[in-house]
Amino acid sequence: MTEHILRMSGITKTFPGVKALQDVNLAVRRGEIHAICGENGAGKSTLMKVLSGVYPHGQYDGEITFEGRRCEFGGIRDSEHAGIVIIHQELALCPQLSIAENIYLGNERATRGVIDWNRTNYEAGELLKRVGLRENPTTTVSDIGVGKQQLVEIAKALSKEVKLLILDEPTAALNDEDSAHLLDLLRGLRDEGITCVIISHKLNEVIAIADSVTILRDGRTIETLDMAAGDVSEDRIISGMVGRALDNRFPPRTPAIGEEAFRIEDWTVYSPSQPGRKVVDGASLTLRRGEIVGLAGLMGAGRTELAMSVFGRTYGVHISGRIFKDGRPIEIRTVQDAIRHGVAYATEDRKRYGLNLIEDIKRNISAAWLKGLSRRGWVNEYEEYRVAQQFRASMNIKAPDVDSVVGKLSGGNQQKVVLSKWILTEPDVLILDEPTRGIDVGAKYEIYMIINRLAEQGKAVLVISSELPELLGLCDRIYTLSEGRVTGEVPREEATQERLMYLMTKGQESLA
Amino acid sequence: MTGITGLLDRRRAIPQKYIPVLVTAGLFVAMFVAGGIRYENFATGQIILNVFIDNAFLLVVAVGMTFVILTGGIDLSVGSVVALATMLSASLLKDGWPAYAVMVLVLVIGAVLGLAMGAIIHYFEIQPFIVTLAGMFLARGLCYTISTESIPIDNPTFTDIAQSRINLGGDLSVSPSAVIAVVVVLIAAYALHYTRLGRNVYATGGSEQSALLMGLPVARTKIAVYTISGFCSALGGLLFAFYSLSGYGLSAVGMELDAIAAVVIGGTLLTGGSGFLFGTVLGVLVLGLIQTIISFEGTLSSWWTKIFIGLLLFVFILLQRVFSGGSRRRSP
Repeated sequence: MTEHILRMSGITKTFPGVKALQDVNLAVRRGEIHAICGENGAGKSTLMKVLSGVYPHGQYDGEITFEGRRCEFGGIRDSEHAGIVIIHQELALCPQLSIAENIYLGNERATRGVIDWNRTNYEAGELLKRVGLRENPTTTVSDIGVGKQQLVEIAKALSKEVKLLILDEPTAALNDEDSAHLLDLLRGLRDEGITCVIISHKLNEVIAIADSVTILRDGRTIETLDMAAGDVSEDRIISGMVGRALDNRFPPRTPAIGEEAFRIEDWTVYSPSQPGRKVVDGASLTLRRGEIVGLAGLMGAGRTELAMSVFGRTYGVHISGRIFKDGRPIEIRTVQDAIRHGVAYATEDRKRYGLNLIEDIKRNISAAWLKGLSRRGWVNEYEEYRVAQQFRASMNIKAPDVDSVVGKLSGGNQQKVVLSKWILTEPDVLILDEPTRGIDVGAKYEIYMIINRLAEQGKAVLVISSELPELLGLCDRIYTLSEGRVTGEVPREEATQERLMYLMTKGQESLA
Repeated sequence: MTGITGLLDRRRAIPQKYIPVLVTAGLFVAMFVAGGIRYENFATGQIILNVFIDNAFLLVVAVGMTFVILTGGIDLSVGSVVALATMLSASLLKDGWPAYAVMVLVLVIGAVLGLAMGAIIHYFEIQPFIVTLAGMFLARGLCYTISTESIPIDNPTFTDIAQSRINLGGDLSVSPSAVIAVVVVLIAAYALHYTRLGRNVYATGGSEQSALLMGLPVARTKIAVYTISGFCSALGGLLFAFYSLSGYGLSAVGMELDAIAAVVIGGTLLTGGSGFLFGTVLGVLVLGLIQTIISFEGTLSSWWTKIFIGLLLFVFILLQRVFSGGSRRRSP
């Protein structure tokens, strides 16, 4: 039995209303690569934030032992001082500074307060050699690609004499070549004696690189698998990640599916921030009247990007592909076009993109359909009030009146306002992105009822969700998306969590 | 202190968005009463009308500024555009242009300047601060290409408007400029509260990203508010020309800051999305009344006006912080 460099035991972390982590245990051996797997929301990132001191000691229960000492980190500085460095999925580099400046940010090579630039650039160059990055240390970070930026982050970690390196989804934004290089580098670091914890959705990578795997589900540790013990397959990990019974949290519904209502063909979208990276790659989807279709995919699979690029090109560049409504080709260049063609999109981030939080309920409901509520530019306020009252009753929005400010409502009621807003535009196709995120169980049921009702009215509904049980309970058909490609289409009868998870993690087999 | 805490306690009864306006209204009444107690001949209707007459141009400029600030923007060019409008009017009238043609031309130029700035702000995604700062220098510079000296206005139409008074009955009278300003306020208030343009202004300021995803014409709205502000500045310039009967490149220096102060004191959030035109009217009245009180005081230098405005601004920004910060905490 080798020595454990890190032991986390009995970690419990509560957010208002949610237990994000419950009695989680994690033991990492010195000098291994330890993978953490779990569904979206299983608590992986929260656990790493506890470890790195983002949530300081006292905000969680449980014990952390690192290198044999009990740790009570008050912040990231403390954990970094102990030798734990975390590299987040969203890189934390200053794009306008040089590579060397970034590496030594907050840790400058200075004598008596004056920065020694020669030493800074020389030592940065040495670190870059260690991570295999052939760039001049004075190059500005925004001039190099994401893959190389990832390496700069690792060089930065090495400059802090890291003992335990945590990487959160390090390859999510990388192409195959960069991913392979990164994984090689991690193996090299392991051989130098640096322990790595890697969070990844890409199970083929996990199989390829990890020495052991800990699986989290619903904020609990499920098991830790030792890869050396042999026979750990992707299926084995998947069954650990899901494995949860469906209860009747979903209202019953008899689907009445009609004609094709909406079809996307060969839809390709490029990232606006990283030129040349395809975020959605040749995706094709079909929605029929009265049908609820699911879109499953892990974080970064391109679900929201697909939806927003379809909805008036609100995401992405160089968008190509064809859209058909009721069998006829249509062009959607702006949100106004989308509304005119009867397409609605309820965003996953309703606070930022879906609502005007400082405005009242009635004005939020009417916002997308002012055209229908006004004549020659003048808004019919009486009609607006009446419509809002109707929705308050039919959607059961719990608020004293429609003059209440939306920012003060609960998540479930805010979502009902968002849905009201779109239903008012009389859409034929609704794309609902994470419609129940951050909503309590009772309100979820109500949202499901509303979705069922929309389908009964003959509308086509596309539900994007990270919660597989939700898709299984709600949808007639489920598409899976992985790295921007549609990797499967599963009818309700054949859909299981295992099958979906398998399709969602099906990568491009680059690391075989 | 008790006044403010009392208001805070009754927060449930009064919708929160009205509180800053009510505070300003209370302040205005308090100042008026205090002035009436302290000075003879102060508590008359004509004092308030004089505030309107002396600040008609500021009121019009502040109306345009309210539109801009409600979208979350800022327009620093308004003072310079006012000066440019006075210079253009004075020099064209000197060249013998007919008065009404001059007025129309000046208004069009103001609106076009605003339109150009709005278009740059939106399509090139440059901060309004920078674009309108450039507009401020540009307009001020253009004044001096016309003349570095003050040009007097002796056109009969202009002098008639400047000298006439409209009798309101009793001993009360107002200038045509004040009437124009009030009409502008009424039209603007109606547009803000009863038209789609108004809704789009509030929605853009409340959350531009949400407005985009609701299919609201954010581009058109943003360009429209700067056009409105440019138009209002030019109109304010005309009123200023009626008031001063001259055109001068150094007039209205710093008026953009007075306008912003009036809007903020009137309770409009600098981040946009919340506020009322009526509040802006109160803001201008409060600023005007401070000047009146200081002139009644007689011994105080006019710089005390600035000191009081400064203190008031601090109070109102703190007040906004309390309310907006409070609402953020309540919605995690």
